Order: sequence, then structure tokens, then C-alpha cells
Amino acid sequence: MSSLQSLDIAKRSATTSPSTQARTHVTEVAKLIDVSSCIGCKACQVACMQWNDLRDEVGENHGSYDNPRDLTPQSWTVMRYSEVEVEENKLEWLIRKDGCMHCEDPGCLKSCPAPGAIVKYTNGIVDFISEHCIGCGNCVTGCPFDVPRISKADSKAYKCSLCSDRVGVGLEPACVKACPTGAIHFGSKEDMLDYGAERVADLKERGYGNAGVYDPQGVGGTHVMYVLQHADKPNLYHGLPENPSISPFVSLWKGIAKPLAVAAMAGAVVAGFFHYMKVGPIETKDDNTSDDSPKA
Amino acid sequence: MSNRTLQRYNDRERMNHWVVALLFVLAGLSGLAFFHPSLFFLSTFLGGGVWARILHPFLGVAMFLSFAGLFVRLWRENILTEADKEWTRHSADMLRGDKSKMPPVGKYNAGQKGVFWIMSISLAVLLVTGIIFWQPWFANAFPIVLRRIAVLLHAAAAVALILGTIMHVYAAIWVKGTIRAMTRGTVTEAWAKQHHTLWHQEMTGKREGQ
Repeated sequence: MSSLQSLDIAKRSATTSPSTQARTHVTEVAKLIDVSSCIGCKACQVACMQWNDLRDEVGENHGSYDNPRDLTPQSWTVMRYSEVEVEENKLEWLIRKDGCMHCEDPGCLKSCPAPGAIVKYTNGIVDFISEHCIGCGNCVTGCPFDVPRISKADSKAYKCSLCSDRVGVGLEPACVKACPTGAIHFGSKEDMLDYGAERVADLKERGYGNAGVYDPQGVGGTHVMYVLQHADKPNLYHGLPENPSISPFVSLWKGIAKPLAVAAMAGAVVAGFFHYMKVGPIETKDDNTSDDSPKA
Repeated sequence: MSNRTLQRYNDRERMNHWVVALLFVLAGLSGLAFFHPSLFFLSTFLGGGVWARILHPFLGVAMFLSFAGLFVRLWRENILTEADKEWTRHSADMLRGDKSKMPPVGKYNAGQKGVFWIMSISLAVLLVTGIIFWQPWFANAFPIVLRRIAVLLHAAAAVALILGTIMHVYAAIWVKGTIRAMTRGTVTEAWAKQHHTLWHQEMTGKREGQ
């Protein structure tokens, strides 16, 4: 979205200097998606399209309600419909609103090489600043949830912004506003965890012994959380990862390897310079001794 | 005798070498820009971040192909032999300025051969891994896990290539009389005799036999 909120940037991609820290009192926000209250109406998908002014291509019916079938540069949230039998002969229709999870430790931001193309605001929202995006696709490899999508039209990466523009002026995200059953809640992360705990208690009373809030700690927690009936098996919900974290390949590459390699390359040049100054060049000796064997 | 020269590289080899060198600089500048935030400014030389991202893979493929031209010509002479072990053992003495213990070598010494293989292997790794996450053409054909590994290996191979090239360039500056092998194609007989005794014998032997 915009970079108007420069005082609210907590983390900035490919930036080694500290971010602004003048504001210290900002409340962390979160969206809580109560899967058990979702009826799969897709009002959130429509609201997302409308607020962000996006128009995806009209898709085809593939024999399920999933439409579009996947996240796209134009569809930043999609409903995932899973028909599962957790207990035999007891069909459950689990409907999960998929999209960016807004990780506290965002893998996309970590792997992005373009300064300022991905930011994390102090309120926890992770946002793509499209004008700085160079289209390399590293955010796709960095994301533990397979969320960012690269546009074929402009080679920029897109994903849910958690309506950072709305949140910035005190409104809730468009999907929250549109949800007719109140399955999507928005507020401070603390309040959302409290509300989630209430919902979990309700669900447990109704026989969902493994109900729980999905706030995976492997990525430092997320600013989009789910209430799941089967929190012990998040995989049931269209492959929601059980314990997501930034891949060790990404951590290694963007962690210790980068500064070490830069030091090695710069060090090699500096070492060469001082070697030359200390030892001096090897000159070709004038060969006046005709056919002697090499200098012993 | 010291004024006489020997042909070390023909025109094709030299031009091929410099094509690789130019492509190395361009691909290197754009690649380093993505490698570390402190080097992102290097993308300016290719027209900014987006252009650097677009051009880098094409430059890389061109570098691989032009290096392949050199590889075909030079690989046989770069096969490591038993004699190279002796040279490697004494290479630390040479770096301290004492060349007296160095055994006579042919067209390439063990250090040059090492650099040749570092470059050959790292370029092959760079090509294969680079294709795996080349946006927008090929990346989506590969699973994300594979792309993560490819990005890491790509960076590692690039660092190896750059370190190899730093050694390569430094050796050329350090050993006087070397650079003309690539700018004029010839070296003095004295240089050849001093640094590549066996190659000198081979070359002059042939010439005297004519």
C-alpha cells in the first residue's frame, strides 16, 4: 500500500539500519477468523476485491466451491473448502479463509532483497510496497504459508495487506466489515486472543475437545489467527501447516551466510592489496644466463 | 633471448576470455546487489533493481555459454596431476615470496588449475540453480522447497566464483608479465621459462624442431 506511515514501520526489507522508533505505544492488531462460525458465503472475498479494487478473471467450476482455486495477484483471500471425516461416518465441511497470516517474523520480508519493498508496521501488519518490488520472487520462497503471488502483467508480488490503509485510519479490514456471521473479528491481538479463548471454551463444551486458537509460535505468532475445531490437526484445513517456521535454507542464506560471504569477498581483496604491498610483485628476471635450468 | 616472445593464447581465446570477463562484471554487479543490502546500490549500474533482476539471468546464461567456449579449449590442460601436489605443498612459501622450492610446471600451475575448476563448477551450479528460481519463466515449474535450496546454492556458488576470480585477477597483477598473455596473446620467453618451465621447453623444443 502506501508508505505514508513511515513513523509506523517496525521492520523494512533489505535494510540494515534501525527503523523509526519514535512511536513506542502502538497496539498490535490481529484478525481472528473463527472457522467454526464461517458459512463459506465468500462475502469476505467480494469485500476484498471491492475495497482493493481488484478484478480477477472469472474462473471455471472444478467440482468444488473453491473459486478461484488459488490465491492470485488479484485474489488476496480465497475460501478453502475441505470435506473431511475426522470421525468415521461424520462428515465435516471445514471452510478456511486463506490469505496472508501477517507473521510476527515474516519470511517474505527476511528473504526480500529490495530495500523497503516489504515492511512490517508497528501494529504487526506486513505490507508489500509495490513501487519498490523488483519481481524476483524471493518472498514466495521465504513465505512458510505459500501466500505471495507474482503478477504476470507487471512482475510485482501481491498479497493481503490486512487493509493497512483502512486500519491506519481506525477502520477494520474490509473482510471483517462484510462478514455476515461475525466469523471474522478484528482488534488488538490481546483482545483477539481473549475472544478466541472464549470461543475455544464454547467449542469444547460442544464436544470439540481439541478446539484451539492457531497462532503458530514458529513464526513468532501471527496477526491473522484462526479458531479451529481441530487445532491438533491444522492440516485438515486445506493443509494449514502444523508448525510453520521460516525454512532453515532461507534462515541460513539470509542469516549468517550473507555477512560472512561479504566479509570473505571484501577480505580477499584487502588481503591481496596488503600481500602486494608486503611481498611485492614477482618480476621477470632478465635471462642472461642462456640455457640454465630454472633458478634453484 | 629475453626479447623473444611465445604465443600463449590465440585471438579467439583472448576475445572469448574478455567476453566472459565483461559478462562476469555485469552479472556480478547485479547479483551482488541482491546478495546483501549494503550492495543494493550496484543495481544502479544496470538501470535499477527491476532491470537488474530482468537482466541478471540473461547475463548469467551468456557468461555460462561463453565460458563453455573456453572450457572446451582448456580443460585438458587443467587436469590435475601428481606433480601438482608438490606445487600445492610449497604454495605457501611462494606467497611469502620464496619461489625457490617451486617445482617446474607446464602451461598451468596447480593454483591456476584450481581456479579453472572453481570457475567451471561454480558456473555449472549457478546455471542449474539459477534456472530453478528464474522469474517469471521457470520458477513456477519447481516446488518451493527446491527453490529455497537453489537460492542458497546459487549464492554459495557465486561467492566461490567471485573468490576464484579475485585470486585469478590478483595472480595476474602480482606476477609481472602475465597480463600481456591476454592483451597481446604473447609472453616473453624469460617469463615462460621462469614460471612455466615445462611449457617453455615444449614450446621452444617444437620451434627448434621446425
